[in-house]
Amino acid sequence: MTSLHPTNAQRSEGAAAAPLAIELVGINKHFGPVHANRDIHLAIKRGTVHGIVGENGAGKSTLMSILYGFYTADSGEIRVNGTPATITDSRHALALGIGMVHQHFMLVDNFSVLENVVLGAEDSAFLAPTLNKARTQLKALARDYGLEVDPDAIIENLSVGQQQRVEILKALYRGAETLILDEPTGVLTPDEADHLFRILGKLREEGKTIILITHKLREIMAITDEVSVMRQGAMVKTLTTKDTSPGELAELMVGRRVLLRVEKGPASPGKVLLDVQDLVVTDDFKVPRVKGVSFQVRAGEIVGIAGVAGNGQSELLESIAGMRDQLLGTILLNGEVLSLEGDDGAARARAAGLAHVPEDRLRMGLVTTFSEWENSILGYQHAYGSGPGLDIAKARETAEEYIKKFDIRPPNLDLKTANFSGGNQQKIVLAREMERNPDVLIVGQPTRGVDIGAIEFIHNQIIKMRDAGKAILLVSVELDEIRSLADRILVIFDGKIVGEADPATSDETELGLLMTGSHADDVGTVSEPGTLAPHETPVQQTLTQMSPQDNSGKDPN
Amino acid sequence: MTPLPRWADVVLLPLLNVVLAFLVGGLIVLAVGQNPLQAVGIMLYGAFGYGSGFGYTLYYTTDFIFAGLAVSLAYHAGLFNIGPEGQAYVGGLGVILIGLALNGTHWAIVFPLMIICGGAFGALWAFVPGYLQAKRGSHVVITTILFNFIATSMMGFLISRVLKPAGVNSDESAPLEAITRVPQLRTFIELFKNSPVNLTFFLAIIALVFIYWLIWRTKFGYAVRALGQNPVAANYAGISNQKMIMIVMAMSGVLAAMVAVNNVGGVQGRLILNFVNGAGFVGIAVAFMGRGHPVGVGLSALLFGILYQGGQELAFQMPGITREMIVTIQALVILFTGAMGDMLRAPLARVLTRSSSPTGAK
Repeated sequence: MTSLHPTNAQRSEGAAAAPLAIELVGINKHFGPVHANRDIHLAIKRGTVHGIVGENGAGKSTLMSILYGFYTADSGEIRVNGTPATITDSRHALALGIGMVHQHFMLVDNFSVLENVVLGAEDSAFLAPTLNKARTQLKALARDYGLEVDPDAIIENLSVGQQQRVEILKALYRGAETLILDEPTGVLTPDEADHLFRILGKLREEGKTIILITHKLREIMAITDEVSVMRQGAMVKTLTTKDTSPGELAELMVGRRVLLRVEKGPASPGKVLLDVQDLVVTDDFKVPRVKGVSFQVRAGEIVGIAGVAGNGQSELLESIAGMRDQLLGTILLNGEVLSLEGDDGAARARAAGLAHVPEDRLRMGLVTTFSEWENSILGYQHAYGSGPGLDIAKARETAEEYIKKFDIRPPNLDLKTANFSGGNQQKIVLAREMERNPDVLIVGQPTRGVDIGAIEFIHNQIIKMRDAGKAILLVSVELDEIRSLADRILVIFDGKIVGEADPATSDETELGLLMTGSHADDVGTVSEPGTLAPHETPVQQTLTQMSPQDNSGKDPN
Repeated sequence: MTPLPRWADVVLLPLLNVVLAFLVGGLIVLAVGQNPLQAVGIMLYGAFGYGSGFGYTLYYTTDFIFAGLAVSLAYHAGLFNIGPEGQAYVGGLGVILIGLALNGTHWAIVFPLMIICGGAFGALWAFVPGYLQAKRGSHVVITTILFNFIATSMMGFLISRVLKPAGVNSDESAPLEAITRVPQLRTFIELFKNSPVNLTFFLAIIALVFIYWLIWRTKFGYAVRALGQNPVAANYAGISNQKMIMIVMAMSGVLAAMVAVNNVGGVQGRLILNFVNGAGFVGIAVAFMGRGHPVGVGLSALLFGILYQGGQELAFQMPGITREMIVTIQALVILFTGAMGDMLRAPLARVLTRSSSPTGAK
């Protein structure tokens, strides 16, 4: 995400004179008692990348949904290219040249790329002419914007990054001049994110307008020309990106000073609590994903597993959590072998003192149709009530306590979990897993889709657990997160641990090379496991790293 | 879309669906040249107007409660059990076998044993599809449908070739003695004269309360609901999907088999061919109309009880309305409450949001 061809200065030069692509005037939207958008004014210049940042629930998605025709504003006006427009549905938005790339892709998995692109935009009852036309156009789009995707590939065989490209192609094929991207990098590997940003850069060069919704200030600093900050339904401020800093943006978003770096003391590792020996794990299709992995996690240390998504991290986590049978190898929890017979291994892993914050909270960590209190005991329901009955009063007490301790909002334990924001859903999971006083905590993507204020809190909780003598295994696709939290970093590539690094001394380039298997031959010698000296984490640099000046000087890969 | 408030979802929407079904049914009655209002009057009179009719209504309601609960319980675990029909039929075998083995023994002893033995047979018939789903991934929808057919053939063979006593012409088992049969309520309550409603009705009421407790007040029910709503999260929580599927299917079969206790033990006193007579399938409609909640299941079972009993009265009283017409009306209710149950959801939500927040409208 550091590879941007034009500098910020060049960018805004062109942007200053540009006419407005989209203008929102006095937009208001209520949902029942909630005032989701209050008197929003927003001007987006043509041919620019305009970032919109804000915490979860700040009203970004609502605003974009109004622009894209999912909702109708209670009051206010939308102007497209200076002409007032009433946008009633997405078809209408597309006709006005507004396209959207959703956070969760809207693709038919078993259709080809081409079929997905033309879906809903067929010219006639017969498919062949449309497909032929689309094929030619896709070629042109691929050439112009670097959006290479095989038009005949089946969606489910594509990587997440490629699927996203198909979404962008869909919008462009329909003639979108303005593209809205909702959290586009949430599911991408750093490489894929870089590629995406190169594409966005090209689109801008060609005069397209891009609205980028994201949590990641780093991306805002790297690619946008202007950035608007929302807080609690209101537009706080619109700034020129080159004149601002991540610190300022974070403060505007949260409404107070935010620590962007993690403060933690040196680790003092104790005895081995989690011992993984020669683990081989297969995925659902019996394909080996973890190919002989061994490592140990000691009490009082955080071991981070860095790697490009899809290199076996998910299977590794699930196997340690007792959810996935291992083909070979042993997992020792507290010195005891974790037995995986039957399909309730997760219950035994919990009984042995393991807690698991899953990578995908919506798919795995929560039953979203349950109310908040019901999810507060998921996996621990046996502890509530002595007979067959569920001690609901006690469960609600627990939920109440978690809500207070983790500041879960809204503090309503009867609310359906699906109605909480992503950050608060994550807090529900974290509270449940951390407050059980486990010996071993395994955490996957602890801050995925979580806003800045909550990230700070979550990181501090993880450090607190470590300082209380727990063994913590952390998997994250955010390299920054791993580097600032972990005491040791293991790099996983193609199901194998290809190296170990000290977050204090290793730099991003070195880790990146390891993660992509680039020098898999001469690693493993970085240091012996468990022999790293205690250290202070070098996260002071995080801030400078995130600044745009730094970005322009970096290697374009 | 704005979700409906709870009261509208559980009360208003099903009510509107039923009203709509009756309106369309009324049009059909009108089309054949009969008076729909008179028809409704006769129907309600037939279902509630006199003791024997009321008794029949409750008798049918008993069947539908059990079948509806069987479908509901499985549905809470994410399983669509289409097989209560066959499970009830096979359950009848268990009921008659224990009844004949203890023929002449007082019902106070036999009744609980009928529940256990019939339940065990029904459980077995549902467990096999459950096992195949859990261990082999064969979908229960398919297997339970197939098991309905197998049950029909198997029971036909057993009744006509094995259980039929020598010298009897019709295909049925030997009868139970009066003292062994589940007593009918008319022996205690004068009102229910000539009607077959029996003690099993109270068992159905107990089952409603029990299932409510089981689903929403126990750890087991918590696990069932977690499995039904997110199997991956259930696995994450250490709930064995396979075990739960097998247990829930077996329990569903037990509930379905209680239809046999009601019919074989309480009314026929013998095992006859096809005694379930579609009650298992009605259970599917009852479960969906009742939204899987025991209160809803109880009420919709009562509605179908009224339709069955009142419908028969109607066919009897108004010669212009044939038996087929009654089935049509019942089918309309199933269509509007089950298959098209959400048809009115969106318009209703729009009406409700508009009336609650007038500022939102333009």
